[in-house]
Amino acid sequence: MIYSYYPGCTLKDRAKEMDKYARASAAALGIELREIPEWQCCGAVYPQASDEIASRLSAVRALMNTEEGKLVTMCSACHHVIKRTNYDWNRDADFRMKATNYMKPEVPYDGSTQVLHFLEVIRDEIGFEELKKKVVNPLTGRKIGAFYGCMVLRPGKELAFDDPENPQIIEDFIRALGAEPVKYPYRNECCGAYVALENKNCAETQVDRALNSAIANGCEELITACPLCMYNLVENATRHKLPVRYFTELLAEALGVKEG
Amino acid sequence: MENHVQMLTETALRISGVNPQKCMKCGKCSGTCPSYDAMEYHPHQFVAMVEKGQIEKLMESDSIYMCLSCMACVERCPRGVEPGKLVEAVRLMKIRQQDQNRKNGNDIAAFADENVPQQLLMAAMRKYRK
Repeated sequence: MIYSYYPGCTLKDRAKEMDKYARASAAALGIELREIPEWQCCGAVYPQASDEIASRLSAVRALMNTEEGKLVTMCSACHHVIKRTNYDWNRDADFRMKATNYMKPEVPYDGSTQVLHFLEVIRDEIGFEELKKKVVNPLTGRKIGAFYGCMVLRPGKELAFDDPENPQIIEDFIRALGAEPVKYPYRNECCGAYVALENKNCAETQVDRALNSAIANGCEELITACPLCMYNLVENATRHKLPVRYFTELLAEALGVKEG
Repeated sequence: MENHVQMLTETALRISGVNPQKCMKCGKCSGTCPSYDAMEYHPHQFVAMVEKGQIEKLMESDSIYMCLSCMACVERCPRGVEPGKLVEAVRLMKIRQQDQNRKNGNDIAAFADENVPQQLLMAAMRKYRK
């Protein structure tokens, strides 16, 4: 099975390992992630105002360049921006008209691309039962918490990723890899996001609360799909600390493709 | 002056798509906001103040830069008011003005070190400047 793939800027640099482990894992699962040509940065944050047109164009271009019909994302932010832009495209005629007039593409985008986070590919296209069968190195005995953060979940109506208030996709993923998922209350709260740039204390407060909650519930390590959550959970952890990994690293480890 | 206030209010309502009159003043948005303590005006106040036409006060407050865009208030509002979209609209109305960037590109680039993800820098570029 071939999927179009949008890695995003951070996966080409600070989160290179997230991309590397994703590609190795995909191959082990019989999937090819085919990087789309000439993609541009998604903008990292979704512009929420209805008159923001230009800031959504790079996402539209990615949707247009998806030859395989399904576009796979890995980073929470890229997923959030591209998925919501696609949602707008199919519901907001004014945005569609202005963006099309500006881009003047040879073939206008028809709105048919399906945006899938890699975790959705695993859950909905492969299935956790199948994933379980492919595990060669079960992570037995490890107590792992999911840090969902915000962007893959909210707004739930648009992201349609999982129950935004009580998600379980990453817990099911952890269980399929042979480890024990640990649920804790702050797993779907904010890490402090970009505000860490001008207010480090804000990120420290959010991270401290999340890590305290994770540790109190028995987590020994965390996984995330978001490079900004990763940054804050590691760099802005003060009183409490836990090892944090990208979900793809855990996957590669369980599938036996982490090395080489 | 009154026309100016009216124009600002209409712009905020139009670009945010928010209808403040749907608000039943339960306070859940502010109760769930992770930035509550850092804000001079809280999410429920954005809704009430925009309805009263007090946009300029909001535009001059640092509260517009404290919003994490975490969508907690957007998701959890029982009336679908989505206060976070108003915060975003007011912030945009501020930085779209000449010389009103919160930070310029060099300020943001100066924050980069070997750990800061591109995602953070790009988000700051979009949130703090035009």
